[in-house]
Amino acid sequence: MVSFLRFFINGISLGSVYAIIALGYTMVYGIAKMLNFAHGDVIMVGAYIAFCAMQYLGLPPIVAVLCAMVVCTLLGIVIEGLAYRPLRQATKLAVLITAIGVSYLLQNTALLIWSSNPKVFPSVFNVGAIRLFDGNLVISSETILTIVANIVIMIALTLFTGKTKMGKAMRAVSEDKGAAELMGINVNRTISVTFAIGSALAAIAGVLLCSSYPTLQPTTGSMPGIKAFTAAVFGGIGSIPGAMIGGLLLGIIEILGKAYISTELGDALVFAVLIIVLLFKPAGLLGKPMREKV
Amino acid sequence: MKLKKSTINNIISYGIVIVTFIICQMMISSGSMTRSLKGQMVPICVYIVMAVSLNLVVGISGELSLGHAGFMSVGAFSGIIGAAWLRSVLGVENEILRLVLSMIIGGAFAAIFGVLIGIPVLRLRGDYLAIVTLAFGEIIRNVLNCLYFSLDGNHLRISFNNPNIPGTILVNGPNGAKDVDKIATFPVGFVLILFTLFMVLNLINSRSGRAIMATRDNRIAAEAMGINVTKYKMMAFVTAAALAGMAGALYGLNFSTVAASKFKFDTSILVLVFVVLGGIGNIWGSIIAAALLTVLPELLRAFADYRMLVYAIVLILVMLATNNPFIRSLFDRLIHRRKPATQRGGASE
Amino acid sequence: MTENTRKKRMLDTRMVPAPSHGIIPERDLNSTPVLEARHLGIEFGGLKAVDDFNLIIGKTEIAGLIGPNGAGKTTVFNLLTKVYQPTMGTIMINGRDTAGMNTVQANKLGIARTFQNIRLFDNMTVEDNVRIGLHNQVKYGMFSGIFRLPAYWKQEKQQHEQALELLSLFDMQDMASSRAGSLPYGAQRRLEIVRALATKPCLLLLDEPAAGMNPHETEELMRNIIKIRDRFQIAIMLIEHDMNLVMGICEGICVLNYGRIIAKGTADEIQANPTVIEAYLGKKKEG
Repeated sequence: MVSFLRFFINGISLGSVYAIIALGYTMVYGIAKMLNFAHGDVIMVGAYIAFCAMQYLGLPPIVAVLCAMVVCTLLGIVIEGLAYRPLRQATKLAVLITAIGVSYLLQNTALLIWSSNPKVFPSVFNVGAIRLFDGNLVISSETILTIVANIVIMIALTLFTGKTKMGKAMRAVSEDKGAAELMGINVNRTISVTFAIGSALAAIAGVLLCSSYPTLQPTTGSMPGIKAFTAAVFGGIGSIPGAMIGGLLLGIIEILGKAYISTELGDALVFAVLIIVLLFKPAGLLGKPMREKV
Repeated sequence: MKLKKSTINNIISYGIVIVTFIICQMMISSGSMTRSLKGQMVPICVYIVMAVSLNLVVGISGELSLGHAGFMSVGAFSGIIGAAWLRSVLGVENEILRLVLSMIIGGAFAAIFGVLIGIPVLRLRGDYLAIVTLAFGEIIRNVLNCLYFSLDGNHLRISFNNPNIPGTILVNGPNGAKDVDKIATFPVGFVLILFTLFMVLNLINSRSGRAIMATRDNRIAAEAMGINVTKYKMMAFVTAAALAGMAGALYGLNFSTVAASKFKFDTSILVLVFVVLGGIGNIWGSIIAAALLTVLPELLRAFADYRMLVYAIVLILVMLATNNPFIRSLFDRLIHRRKPATQRGGASE
Repeated sequence: MTENTRKKRMLDTRMVPAPSHGIIPERDLNSTPVLEARHLGIEFGGLKAVDDFNLIIGKTEIAGLIGPNGAGKTTVFNLLTKVYQPTMGTIMINGRDTAGMNTVQANKLGIARTFQNIRLFDNMTVEDNVRIGLHNQVKYGMFSGIFRLPAYWKQEKQQHEQALELLSLFDMQDMASSRAGSLPYGAQRRLEIVRALATKPCLLLLDEPAAGMNPHETEELMRNIIKIRDRFQIAIMLIEHDMNLVMGICEGICVLNYGRIIAKGTADEIQANPTVIEAYLGKKKEG
């Protein structure tokens, strides 16, 4: 029972990371209707920046995270402006391939700068842990931090999209780009802001991911990226609470599956659950089914 | 009139492929081809077949599939096991015959997987369909990592997650297949390309192919015309899976060791890049893009460490250029010199 | 009335509706009607988009379905073609119940349609669009197609000839090899009709066939609709906002408002109906 609880909490922690990444996917998808495959690599860049800030510049962890967020935000805006904006009228597939190109570009640039040797990410937030059940259940501070960060981000984003002017503009653009433009909303700027937010979140996710799983390589971001994307689809892509729920469920399923069913098949299990959910709810858990007008 | 035109086009296509093959063969026999390029000949054939078959799904049937490498891996492993089984159990000594039979086995298994996967996948639409194909690709790879096959006398033994099985191990879980029967040859690869072209081009120009394209262009209208959309989507999907399986078997039998990690998501994406760069729905484009881009890293050797970086930049620039409205219209004017159809009574606009 | 005299009458008084056989006053009971809809209805989340829709259409009748925007006309078409499954009532095609059928099966029973927002196979040629309509009349399979067995050559040739013949209805055979998406608007609408006809329907549903056409083209369309009916001996039901067209060729008219039928009858009866004038024609005169 205690071990189950431990796995469950680890699952929530991993799921929180997935959820934060998935938020980036889902916001970008909701607005630009594109699958931003490079998102996973922005995570990796964020983690490297934070790593360098702490290791080489000796900055405190909080400042390092802020540095990573600033760099990733700029990176997100630059990627969007240079690679995706010219393709706004192009087919979805063309944008997808460009995103894949950007992903290769980030990975290989990272490979040149930091080489493929894994870096050991310092344990940043280790300020003790909570011990329960006579020390049988240890909840590390990273775990708690991840979960708290997730909740804070979720609330902040919900307030942002619901209450602020920019948030409303984002919702309008995701509903109907053309109509939003006619209403005087600057569509390009709104999309840029979305990328900026998504990338900043990716930086946070990168740091959180690496403080729990401390090997950092140029390919670190790709698998969590794919899984977070799966989480976004799982919850209903385009929906912010959907990304949150999808991420959490996916993390829990993955950890429990690896613990109780098969270590090797953990990933397969995640994808199998996704398929089953989509068969019964073709638009994901919280996605709105699209009815084509005839 | 039109029929003849498509037939002539097809014959020209086969002709170009045959001529290219003869040139390559001559270069190989005269020794003017570098060693590393010679080693690339079979993979080039494999990727061409992969790209053409994926184009059948993405371009002709209009569904984005991100798990094509999954079928390739099914074909590779069933082909490798099939080849070993053919040699030791059935005693098929002739290498070419064994290769061809193994490819058929690989194609058949991939087709079965295509049916099994197609049933759930084709119920979904758009990006959801894409993510589920990705998921299936990953599941196949994951499961293959846990499978062990051995040949114990005349018996083929399979075990899950348990490497201790009697007999000679053929496939060793995450380490993949070792001591593979290296029987793949360039001429057979070339015949596979011809076969793929024959299948795909003839399918497109037949009643079934038109139905597949109709479901792509407008699903609702196709249904209203009495076209069973699922059936034709399935036809394209399974045909593509079978061809990918054959290519996979050829690929597997070209190396002495093959692990499931070779058929990652990245491989599916690589093939998709060929398809998109070659032009979605354009079979010829797929062939050229697959051949060039397989050789490109080889040609970029001068860039050494910057090779993949240059590759990525080239990819992005090509996508930006081909989707630039100005460059596009320029191309259209160059290629489509054919004037638009003569229109009668054009008072309507 | 024999066929000949009827046709003659049609030609002489093109704009005057012929006496109705079937539909709106429900007559012609000797043969099974092509379409028989009873208490048809559908709800979208509590909203009754169509409610208690009753209609009978005789074998070679031209029926009109009119009503203000949002009245549920296209929804009726979607119900008849099984794009939506009705939540109430029955649809009989040639006396066969279509309960549980899908769009494909409904088409095989003999319902073909065009779409309000044109739905051609844009990237295919005009001829291939028509060939898609002929799809179910050609029987060779995937295998004969790939290996080009004799069945392929023979039936492809037949299909080609049939397609050109159908296109010649609207003088479109010259456009056969151009891309459907590149045709001008009017030609696209005509191609949709040809494509629907190719499925050999017994009931053809036309959703705003004259939308975007000028008066000259509309008149030609009216002649063509009658020509199609006479040549193929099929029933035609159309949704249209152009009252000249509806009043000119429809033998029976059915008026829909807020999902309910508010009147049925001949053109004269509809024009004189006070409810209709209030709901529809009155507004139109002001506009």
